[in-house]
Parts: sequence; structure tokens; C-alpha cells
Amino acid sequence: MSDSLYLDEARDPLIIAEGWMKDGKDVAIATVVETWGSAPRPVGSHLVIDADGNFHGSVSGGCVEGAVVTEAIDVIGSGKARMLEFGVADETAWQVGLSCGGRIKVYVERLG
Amino acid sequence: MDPYALKTLNAERRARRAAILVTDLGDGRDRIVREGDQVAGELGVAIAKAFRSGNSGSVEAEGRTFFLNAHLPRPRLVVIGAVHISQALAPMARIAGYPLEIIDPRTAFATPDRFPEVTLHAEWPQDVLQRQPLDAYTALAAVTHDPKIDDFPLKSALDANCFYVGALGSRKTHAKRVERLLALGASAEQIARIHAPIGLDIGAASPAEIAVAILAQTILAFRSRGLDVKGAAA
Repeated sequence: MSDSLYLDEARDPLIIAEGWMKDGKDVAIATVVETWGSAPRPVGSHLVIDADGNFHGSVSGGCVEGAVVTEAIDVIGSGKARMLEFGVADETAWQVGLSCGGRIKVYVERLG
Repeated sequence: MDPYALKTLNAERRARRAAILVTDLGDGRDRIVREGDQVAGELGVAIAKAFRSGNSGSVEAEGRTFFLNAHLPRPRLVVIGAVHISQALAPMARIAGYPLEIIDPRTAFATPDRFPEVTLHAEWPQDVLQRQPLDAYTALAAVTHDPKIDDFPLKSALDANCFYVGALGSRKTHAKRVERLLALGASAEQIARIHAPIGLDIGAASPAEIAVAILAQTILAFRSRGLDVKGAAA
């Protein structure tokens, strides 16, 4: 059976998040909940982040991960989930570089 | 996210079972819904739809906004028989996103030369399936014409509730096969799930065209799981 049928445990963000949790780390999970236009990653994609800013997975193929990680560290601290929106219409988003022309909404929550 | 929800979700994903993480975007509460769990109302309708399509998305229900993250195991196709049809089916299934593997104990048929870049088992199906059991996200197509090779995996596919079970052969051939499967302990209801003659009726004549018909029927069966769709049921 080819490997692709099963989870790629070494790279799967949700498996990694569970492992971090077992190691006693504080973790945030970011999820793409909506996309418009040519968004690089489909709805449901995850980025998982620990309190030190380590991350796995992607929500935009590299465009806005930096901004999401920064927000995620705040979310880990406060425990309060946030809804982030990135797109070309948004000045900040343009600065962080979602240059593909799409817009995405990312839900960031703390694990536990 | 609830740590218990994450553990449950990962356990389901590891076991190749479908699950949906339902998150209330208002208060952040979440829970796991497994395929077959009963969920009432608009939310239940949206969940059933997400299980069929595999698409994640937001839904408004009961005055709240929920995000449904659908985690479906990747469907795969197991073909019994390293024959001409399988040679055409292998690349097509790969392109369509259905990883395929072929089992055929006849070493003259199951050669890497005839099946480049295909997962190939030159062994008896009972041996391979013992190591790698079939499941509800696996389709099985038996195309050897040889009862010694085809019957065991067909019975296994019915028992494992494979989302698609197809068997090559005329109606006459299939009538004999039905008798053998009954003797093996399959129920008439199970046997009715076998698509035979195999493939959507597109008038396929060549082995490659039959491969198209099998792949199309597999996709239809996968995308209409739990629905009464014409052509999806045998």
C-alpha cells in the first residue's frame, strides 16, 4: 500500500499538534474557514503554532504565515480565539503579501 | 480546540474513518461527528452533505455559525487482476485521485514491466488482504474472470463494506458467481451491491473504455455514498 493512503505523520499539522500537546507545550491551531478568489490553500487547511513560534502546515502557501504566527502567540497567551482576514483589499494584508489576489479568513484558537 | 476532540479526530483519521470537526465560531466550542452519527436539523443536513463531498465550510444553523472541517480518508481502488483493463485503469485512476493497487497471483501477468509505477502484488488476494484489510473507503474491482482469484476478495469487499464492488463478467457468469458467493456465506442483500456487469453503461468496447466505465462508476459510488442515485446502485 502506498504511503499516501495513510497520514504523513511527520508532516501532518494535527498529528504534530497532538504531539506538542503531549510534550506539555502550549499550542494554537489556525484554520482556513473561508476563501474568495484564487486562495492558495483550500478551506480546512491548518497551521499549528507553539508558544515559541514554531509552526507546521500552511494556511496560504507562505503568504501570510508570519502574521498568523504572531497572532497565534497572542491567542496562546489570552486563550481567546480570533478571526483573521487577509486579502488584497486590506492594507495590512497587502503588506504581509497575499499577492495572489485572493482573500482568506483564518480562525485561530488555542488548543485546550 | 478541545484536546479530547483533537485526539479523537486524529484517532479516526489514523484508522481511515471519516470524521467532521464541528466548531461553533461564536463561542469556539467543538465536537467530533463520525459518519453515521445522527445530527438533527439544518446542521445535520449540512454535515451529511460534507461527508459526501468531503468539502469543508461554514454553515448557518439554529441562529449560529458553525465551521465544518471534513476529514475523509483518501479513497483507494484495489484491482484484482493484472490484465489489459487494469493497464489502462492504473494511470487513469491515478490522475483522477484514486490511488490504485493491483493484486494478481499469476506472476506472468503481474510484472512491473506491464505495470510501471503501479503498486503491484504478485500474490494471492487472501495473503495481501490479510496484511492490508479492505475498508469502507476502498473500492474493489475484480477483473480476472477466474473464480479462484476473484471470489475471495469479492466476499471480503462485501464484508468490509467497500464503497464500491465491481466484478467483470457477463450476466451468465455473474449468475454462477452469485451461487458461489451464497455458498461462501454472503447474503443476497450483500451480493446485490456488486456491480456486474462491471462499469457504467457507456457502451464500452475496448479494455481502455471498460476502464473508463469502471472508474466513472467508482467515482459515482464514492460521491453518492448514502444516497439513492441512479446508476450508483447495482
